[in-house]
Formats: sequence, structure tokens, C-alpha cells
Amino acid sequence: MKISTVKELLDARVLCGEDQLGKHVYSACGCDMMSDVLAYVKDQAVLLTGLVNPQVVRTAEMMDMVCIVFVRSKQPTEAILTLARNSGIVVMATDKRLYEACGKLYYHGLQNDEMEKDG
Amino acid sequence: MAEPLVFHYEVDGSDFTSAGTASVAVKKSLRQLGLPAEVIRKLSIAMYEGEINMVIHANGGTADVIVTEDYVDIVLADSGPGIEDVDKAMQEGFSTATAEIHSLGFGAGMGLPNMKRYSDEMSIETELGVGTTIRMRIYMT
Repeated sequence: MKISTVKELLDARVLCGEDQLGKHVYSACGCDMMSDVLAYVKDQAVLLTGLVNPQVVRTAEMMDMVCIVFVRSKQPTEAILTLARNSGIVVMATDKRLYEACGKLYYHGLQNDEMEKDG
Repeated sequence: MAEPLVFHYEVDGSDFTSAGTASVAVKKSLRQLGLPAEVIRKLSIAMYEGEINMVIHANGGTADVIVTEDYVDIVLADSGPGIEDVDKAMQEGFSTATAEIHSLGFGAGMGLPNMKRYSDEMSIETELGVGTTIRMRIYMT
């Protein structure tokens, strides 16, 4: 699924990385506990979370994730966005709650295939 | 690469916000060296969890990454309180972290288990009131 499709499905606002909306994501992880995110490697994944601090960006970077979606209208600070820009990670914000946001992406085909790529 | 390459970092224990800075720096350096992506990912996740642990529990410490032809070693050393029961600490879900740490997205009791998960070998030396040294090795293949 293209990141631009994630944006449309979640009615999200892009906060940084507008130039990378054409990139693909192959799986997603919805979680507020970063150690749980770190436990299962997924390739080119999107991270959906209600947690807002710089460790979200570092966790995504360690996992080679390409996109972060902050749910429930959470607004990251400029410092968080700067970290994400430096790491080439797309950051978006949506008004949806975590459960609904994950459900929408899953329903539209972004399922949970760990380390699977379609080319 | 005849001589091992050594990266040394001081991990600042006073500021949770900056925790992980060393792991990000290591990841960038190892990418420039052209190490396999899977090795870099395993190493940086293991080191990141270790760094977070040092900040949460031990007021910081040092991190050394030693790159040889066949493997990468990570040595994390702190002068913190030590680990009272290592077997317990290795269980997924066991944590002594505070509610404040939970609210920051950590302290789920996954730190040490994740470090073991992503390293090929891991050893823990710890003494109460003296500190903890964790060594992890990740092979290139």
C-alpha cells in the first residue's frame, strides 16, 4: 500500500516527508509500548501510535520503518518532526483512534505479513 | 578490515529524551561501512534497548561497539544498582520500571528479552550496588 493511500484512508495530515508519499508500506503496527514494537520486525512498516515523544521516531528508525501516524489528534513537537526529517520518515496525524485507524488499513489490505514484500 | 573498528559512546543518564542517540549514530556509521542490513538492524535494536535500560535504571553508562570481519560486539557498562534477579529480568513482561517510564512507552518488561532476541550471544555480569555489564555478539552471517 502506498503511503498516500494510508493518508487518504485515515484522512490524515502530513507533517513531514510530503515528498515520500509514493513509497510503499507492507505491514503495520499499532502500539503505544515501544518495546512491543521492537519485539517483532516488519519490513517497511507504518507505525500507528498515540504515544508522542522522540523515542517513537528512534524506535521507528531502529526498525527501518518508513512512516509514523499519530492517532487521536496528537500533535508532535517540532523537535520530534526534526528527528523524523533527519531520518527520512514520513509523519502524519489523524483524528481517528488507534483501533479504528488500524482497522481501516487492515480492511483495505494492509495486513500483518512480517518481512514480506511484494517486489 | 584487519583491525577491529571500535566506536565508543557515553550514554547520558539524565535525559530520557536523548536516550537512543548512540544507537542512531551507530546505525548511521555501520550503514556507511556497508554492513549487511539485517546485522545493522539486529544490532541497533539490541543496543537501543540497552541504552534505554541504562537511562531508565542506571543513570547512564558507556556503550562500545566493536566491528570485526566475522561479528560485531556491543558492550554496555553502567555503574547502576545492578540486577537483583537476572532470571526474572529475562522474563518477558517482568519490569521494575516506574509508572512514569510506562507513560513514555517503555518498561513493558521487553528490554532484556529483546536484547537476547536480536543478539546471537549475550552475557550479563551484574553486582548489586556496583553495576552491570552486558555483552552481545551478532555474527555477520
